[in-house]
Amino acid sequence: MKRLINFIIKEFKHIIRDPRVLLILFGMPVVQVLIFGFALTNEIKNSKIIVIDFARDEISKKMINKIEANKYFEIIEISQNKNIILDYFREGKIKAAIIIPANLSSDLNHSGSSQIQIITDATDVNFANSIKNFIRAIINDYQSESLAGKVLERLIIVPEIKMLYNPQLKGAPNFVPGVMSMVMLLVCVMMTAIAIVREKEIGSMEVLLTSPVRPIFIIISKVVPYFAISTIDLTLILLLSVYVLDLPIQGSLFLLIAESLLFIFTCLNIGILISIRTSSQQIAMLMSLVGMMMPTVFLSGFMFPIENMPYVLQLISNVVPSKWFYIIVKDIMLKGAGFEIVWKETLIIASMMFFFFLVSFRTFKVRLN
Amino acid sequence: MKEAIKVENVSMKYEKSKVIALDNISFKINENDIFGLIGPDGAGKTTLFRILTTLILPTQGSVEIYGFKTTKDYKQIRQFIGYVPERFSLYQDLTVYENLNFFASVYKTTIKENYAVIKDIFIHLEPFKNRKAGKLSGGMKQKLALCCALINKPKILFLDEPTTGVDPVSRIEFWETIKKLKENGITIIVSTPYMDEAKLCDRIALMFNSKILNISTPDDIISNFESNIFKIKSDNNSYLKKILNDFDKLFTAYYFGDSVHLAISKELAINEEQIISMINEKNIKIFEFSLIAPTIEDCFIKYLTNG
Repeated sequence: MKRLINFIIKEFKHIIRDPRVLLILFGMPVVQVLIFGFALTNEIKNSKIIVIDFARDEISKKMINKIEANKYFEIIEISQNKNIILDYFREGKIKAAIIIPANLSSDLNHSGSSQIQIITDATDVNFANSIKNFIRAIINDYQSESLAGKVLERLIIVPEIKMLYNPQLKGAPNFVPGVMSMVMLLVCVMMTAIAIVREKEIGSMEVLLTSPVRPIFIIISKVVPYFAISTIDLTLILLLSVYVLDLPIQGSLFLLIAESLLFIFTCLNIGILISIRTSSQQIAMLMSLVGMMMPTVFLSGFMFPIENMPYVLQLISNVVPSKWFYIIVKDIMLKGAGFEIVWKETLIIASMMFFFFLVSFRTFKVRLN
Repeated sequence: MKEAIKVENVSMKYEKSKVIALDNISFKINENDIFGLIGPDGAGKTTLFRILTTLILPTQGSVEIYGFKTTKDYKQIRQFIGYVPERFSLYQDLTVYENLNFFASVYKTTIKENYAVIKDIFIHLEPFKNRKAGKLSGGMKQKLALCCALINKPKILFLDEPTTGVDPVSRIEFWETIKKLKENGITIIVSTPYMDEAKLCDRIALMFNSKILNISTPDDIISNFESNIFKIKSDNNSYLKKILNDFDKLFTAYYFGDSVHLAISKELAINEEQIISMINEKNIKIFEFSLIAPTIEDCFIKYLTNG
């Protein structure tokens, strides 16, 4: 036991003394969560717009107030000069412009309907669409409020689209589970594999194998520190997503942590398997990146929806452990699902872990290959 | 004398590359000997080391270390051997003390407990106790690696090419250390590509091309050498070497430093004057011509050319 503790302490020393490793282990999760959560999103926040208000009456003022009160838009100018619109767009200062006609209230009073114009910068198509929908929603909102109490002469059927679980189409809910599986893969698979293979590279594995130490000891002492670090990373990611990205965990925190630990164990087993099969750090790194990272990014459903993939890729995606983890985390974090809903995915990951454990246990040798 | 290691008909063929690394080797190593494996790169020295240290199993044959078989008794063997692989480079980011302490814990012992064994070597390392292993000089690194292998008081110490890439002064120091370890009763198996280190061993095995050419004491190998060696310096060594080799089938000439060595079988009835006049006929100017005592390297070359 004392020997094992000594081994583990030595492993921690390796990690602590390499600033680059520390940066990967602790800097990367934070940076990834923040980048994916804030920068790489198509959610609309503080989009700058201008309003050309020809009407300048009570209704138009109310409407402008309504828009301004919304945190998604920031009106940088209210003008009556239509010509400034194109200049603003060209300089990239605004994302959209709203033109309210002079006869807004008279039209509304006489015919019960009026038109306003929304101009958006369509160089970013998705963004433009979202903005258009948002502004439309705000105006509809205003209409229904101001017309409330009045008797409508005819019913206007407006299709109502509701975004379940993520009404503001926030980016973070989709990215956090993805980042979680990516970080776990990097720490547990790649870093663990590299740590073990490094012993082979510097020749110390040979010395350790000719000593009375049981090889399983060597493996355990390598795995424990990385297990500890992944739990720290897990906590870090969850704290960031709750307190910085405002993404509450809907389901049981305990279940989420339990599922994450299961995934961490699976990844550690994969890392060990890679380290047994390779003899150089570069190959171990390449295998973890190509064999684990790429499928996670492309086939877990985190970047691209699996339903839209060709059938063959959909089949392949089933063997990617992070796909199932991604589903589990999404279900628990966003939908508040309990174990009765995610048990199937849990079972799949558990059996994957068992499989990798068996394979690495059987291929591990007490001698050099 | 008690035998420490018995190797019987050991062959090693690597599955993947189909390379035959060892070809039917048998020999014994006596207890408390310094046993040298002498041979160029690719002779099979490292493979033999790995078989002796239970790291790999031979495709054929058996190895016994103090009666324990490497196949099934590897756990017992691993208790009492120390091994410094050729490419062993310690943990560069750990200090001298931490490295040593780690390997002590590997063997469930402490530095204190076995300090007597490493004392002579560790004394040189003491001033750098808290320096990272990566910041040590080559000679110091080697001393530390030796300490790490000795910390479990091994009966047998395996050193795979310990002096390769080490400066001449450190090499001399290193061999003095090995001599001291022998005095402590440790059996030492050491491999080296340097022929001049052969005479420092008690017994040597000359290895080439997966085979052992000869096993004996260095003195016996030299005294049983059945050729006379002439050292010749001339103004045209390459031509000299050519005409000597062409002259008679029993002539073997080869470069040796700045001169040419000529090995002639003792049975051949030819004297110095005849050779000198033959060389003079070819218009080669001789600066030096002398009969010398053969070195291990001369013996090695002779074995190679005789096949």
